[in-house]
Amino acid sequence: MNPHQQDPAQAPAGDTAEPLDRDQLAAVVAADIAPGSVANLGIGQPTRVANHLAAEQDVTLHTENGMLGMGHEAVDDEIDPDLVNAGKVPVTEAEGVSYFHHADSFAMMRGGHIDVCVLGAYQVSVGGDLANWHTGDPEAIPSVGGAMDLAVGAQRTWVMMKLFTKDGQAKLVEALSYPATGLGCVSRVYTEYAVFDIEPGRSGGDGAADDGGREPTVRVRSVHGVDREQLAAWLPATVECGER
Amino acid sequence: MRAQLAETAAEAVAGVEDGATVMISGFGIPGQPFDLIDALLDSGARDLTVISNNAGGGDGGIARMIHQRRVRRVVCSFPRQTDSWHFDAAYRAGEVELELTPQGNLAERIRAAGAGIGAFYTPTGYGTRLAEGKETRVIDGVDHVLEFPLAADVALVSAHRGDHAGNLVYRKTARNFGPIMAAAASTTIVEVDRIVETGQIDPETVVTPGIYVDTLVEVRRS
Repeated sequence: MNPHQQDPAQAPAGDTAEPLDRDQLAAVVAADIAPGSVANLGIGQPTRVANHLAAEQDVTLHTENGMLGMGHEAVDDEIDPDLVNAGKVPVTEAEGVSYFHHADSFAMMRGGHIDVCVLGAYQVSVGGDLANWHTGDPEAIPSVGGAMDLAVGAQRTWVMMKLFTKDGQAKLVEALSYPATGLGCVSRVYTEYAVFDIEPGRSGGDGAADDGGREPTVRVRSVHGVDREQLAAWLPATVECGER
Repeated sequence: MRAQLAETAAEAVAGVEDGATVMISGFGIPGQPFDLIDALLDSGARDLTVISNNAGGGDGGIARMIHQRRVRRVVCSFPRQTDSWHFDAAYRAGEVELELTPQGNLAERIRAAGAGIGAFYTPTGYGTRLAEGKETRVIDGVDHVLEFPLAADVALVSAHRGDHAGNLVYRKTARNFGPIMAAAASTTIVEVDRIVETGQIDPETVVTPGIYVDTLVEVRRS
């Protein structure tokens, strides 16, 4: 038996004995979106959250290419070449849908009218800085899309990501080593091992040096398949892994 | 106020000169004016600066312009996608310049040009590579970046219906950059599925007022 696994009977509410798989993680994010919210789900993993939103949550989906009230992915004769989401995937209309041009769509975002935005990430810093648009590889062709606008525009920016890179580096870091998308913008991080809350507005900046004296800015909401000591050993010291 | 009605896409784009800055509507395929782009290529226009969200996908439209090396410079937010092989090749060969701008800033810069705004402060991009060298200012405790308008000589726009006065309506997410580009260019050329008589579009539903439209051409989309 994995010594880091907890007895589910003794786990605090929200904790689980096993790490979350992609759909379980999407379900946890979906359950945390407040009823009646307007949400923007980024391309990739965050798109999966839509599959777990309950009808009674009455969540309206915004897509930055000019649509409020996006429905499910279109199939077969539902496909309309004039109707796609931000990932350019054909979608359908939900009840109450509206369309608008790109400047209005980003005004809606930047103006704080979107309640929550869920994005993927390469890295998130303990100050809430986000890196999700560029790996820093000088050979890569840079491409940003709406990532920087989404990062700073919504009322709340949440990240869904794996806790580790493929070579085992934690992606929740003291300071970003990847190019920043936005500073001090992420307020919650969902990973397969834990969900974290980040105190807003504590940005360290792009490549900023650790000031050494920073207060803990990250707190663990729930753990999944690990205990809090193990989690603390994996992460920067400023992540507060103790019981809430 | 009347829009010029062109018989063909070739006639519609005949005035576009080499070296022009051309805005092209569309977000991927929806809203991309493929007939106008093909006609512009047939006209021989070259050395163009293209302002659009993407730098072309697949082999048609903007991708075809880049493949034929008619584009000197691209201003866009999202050039790299799974099917952007023509842009990728031209970029790696050093045969096209890229100005990358966040999508919302791209849209607002275009809007600002059409609205006569000299520049604007936005929080988007602050502290990132894309704001390097730009003026910044703290407003109400929030860091902002100064961004300047993007105007063009010509806008090529795709819309759903247009009337003889140039009033336009769009369809679903094909609207995207059309309305703001129509306002930001000296000359706006629009391809529509159907040209209707003035009065046939309910004035309450007009999205782009005819004042922004110079030339209309009807294209039959398959």
